[in-house]
Amino acid sequence: MKRITLILGHYGSGKTNIAVNLALSYRKEREHVAIADLDIVNPYFRTKDSLDLLNENGIRLIVSDYANTNIDIPALPQDMYAVTDDKSLTCILDIGGDDRGALVLGRLRPEILKENDYEMLLVINKYRPLTADAPATLEVMQEIEAAANMRFTGIINNSNLGRETTAEAVLASLPYAEEVSKLTSLPIVMTTVKEEIAPELMGKVENLFPLALQKNFIESKIN
Amino acid sequence: MADKVLMKGNEAIAEAAIKAGCRHYFGYPITPQTEVAAYMAKRMPKIGGTFLQAESEIAAINMVYGVASAGLRVMTSSSSPGISLKGEGISYLAGADLPALVVNVQRGGPGLGGIQPSQSDYFQSTRGGGHGDYHMIVLAPSSVQEMAELTVKAFELADKYRMTAMVLADGTMGQMMEPVSLDFDVTPPPEKPWATTGTEMKRKHNIVNSLSLVPEELEKLNIARFERYEQVKQNETRYEEYMMDDAEIAIAAFGIAARVSKNAVNEARKRGVKVGLIRPITLWPFPEAPFKKAAEHVKQIISVELNMGQMIEDVRLASECKVPVTLCNRVGGMIPSPEQVLDAILKASK
Repeated sequence: MKRITLILGHYGSGKTNIAVNLALSYRKEREHVAIADLDIVNPYFRTKDSLDLLNENGIRLIVSDYANTNIDIPALPQDMYAVTDDKSLTCILDIGGDDRGALVLGRLRPEILKENDYEMLLVINKYRPLTADAPATLEVMQEIEAAANMRFTGIINNSNLGRETTAEAVLASLPYAEEVSKLTSLPIVMTTVKEEIAPELMGKVENLFPLALQKNFIESKIN
Repeated sequence: MADKVLMKGNEAIAEAAIKAGCRHYFGYPITPQTEVAAYMAKRMPKIGGTFLQAESEIAAINMVYGVASAGLRVMTSSSSPGISLKGEGISYLAGADLPALVVNVQRGGPGLGGIQPSQSDYFQSTRGGGHGDYHMIVLAPSSVQEMAELTVKAFELADKYRMTAMVLADGTMGQMMEPVSLDFDVTPPPEKPWATTGTEMKRKHNIVNSLSLVPEELEKLNIARFERYEQVKQNETRYEEYMMDDAEIAIAAFGIAARVSKNAVNEARKRGVKVGLIRPITLWPFPEAPFKKAAEHVKQIISVELNMGQMIEDVRLASECKVPVTLCNRVGGMIPSPEQVLDAILKASK
């Protein structure tokens, strides 16, 4: 595990859910774990939805005071420099979607590169229409890298159809993920699936990482 | 299964519009509908279409007027405050009998309000919104799948009746992600002999205009337009009924309120309460028939809305005030909970 894990990807690819779950898993091995929510794109569905869960597990949340407050401005947290200044922290950076979201790394990049103890992961989902095939995914990846001015080090295959995700749908995404991996020369570091279907996929998918999906305010109201 | 994709409601609108043959989008960003514009910005250049972020909402709606005059499928999208700005242009579209799609992903108001979901533009949408005697065809989706399908339907109806159609969604519908199938049929646009496409010196030139200074002429135009509206009422009214056959209580709800209400209906049925749901899909024309029918066998209708009570007026008119119609609501960006609706049902059942 690197000290800093950067999670980036296409808008709506599942970055926040993955960030929260990764933090919970890192917390089992490390004392000081933090999520830095640096999303400057979306005012909704932020890590703050999981604040209670993070608090209960002793995970620090570095997030703008304005996230989930309906103040619709791309604000950054005042304590974001803890990510690079406090070397005792194991940090997961939840970055906003697409190239626009990745712009935020401009400020932290020099220190992250200097320390050189990070991994930068691209979250992909075959079932999102703008990343439905490997060439389109490569394009999104290149746009993000250009905006971040940093290179990815690995891929998280988070191919899913929300609550309709089946084990078959995940299996059907594996050739796509392989193709993205080949095209980008990046390893698939994990395949994330909602925990309900994880047992069906044990032994069939390498580096399987079950996700406990965090409910947002909409999902708490409707089926 | 394999043909489904995972989309935000806003993205589904954009992709469905492209499927419907829309190649011109003009807009201006505003939460919670910005993904429509962002998606169009990515897709349109790749398919030879035009995405243009206008300098204002007013500019955007007038660009829509221009492309609609040329007979092409065209759209704009915004959220509540932005729709008010477009109001003048929407009235001009109606006055010139131009087919176009306007999407409103509503947020709480009035004024700038907030960025959370709302249904408080019901009056504005169903009564016209701008000045003058006119209507828009107003379609209210309650799932991401319907965001896509009703967008296509809106283009078809707009062309068929030379009217502006509105997809009236809310912040929840725009932001939620659901699996959606984009595999649906699209009726291509009809011939538009009235469009200003150039005469090539072969025909008399067409004029598209909403200015009509001779009162006798303007009266005729208004009457002819309302005769067309009557056809829309007869042919295009859409609604869904859920468990209404033996219902003693009816819920009236559209959009996100209908999703919440369906949960409450299911829960109430488990407790033996005979309750059903009438979900208007077209808000204009309003589905009067199911409410008139319901008034014969229910003892109360509960209108569930994300506003201070707007659709409730149409429900009362449609049910001819034969049964009490009560309101169950949240406002300002708040969403009623299934428990709140269930409580209203249980209270009505006593």
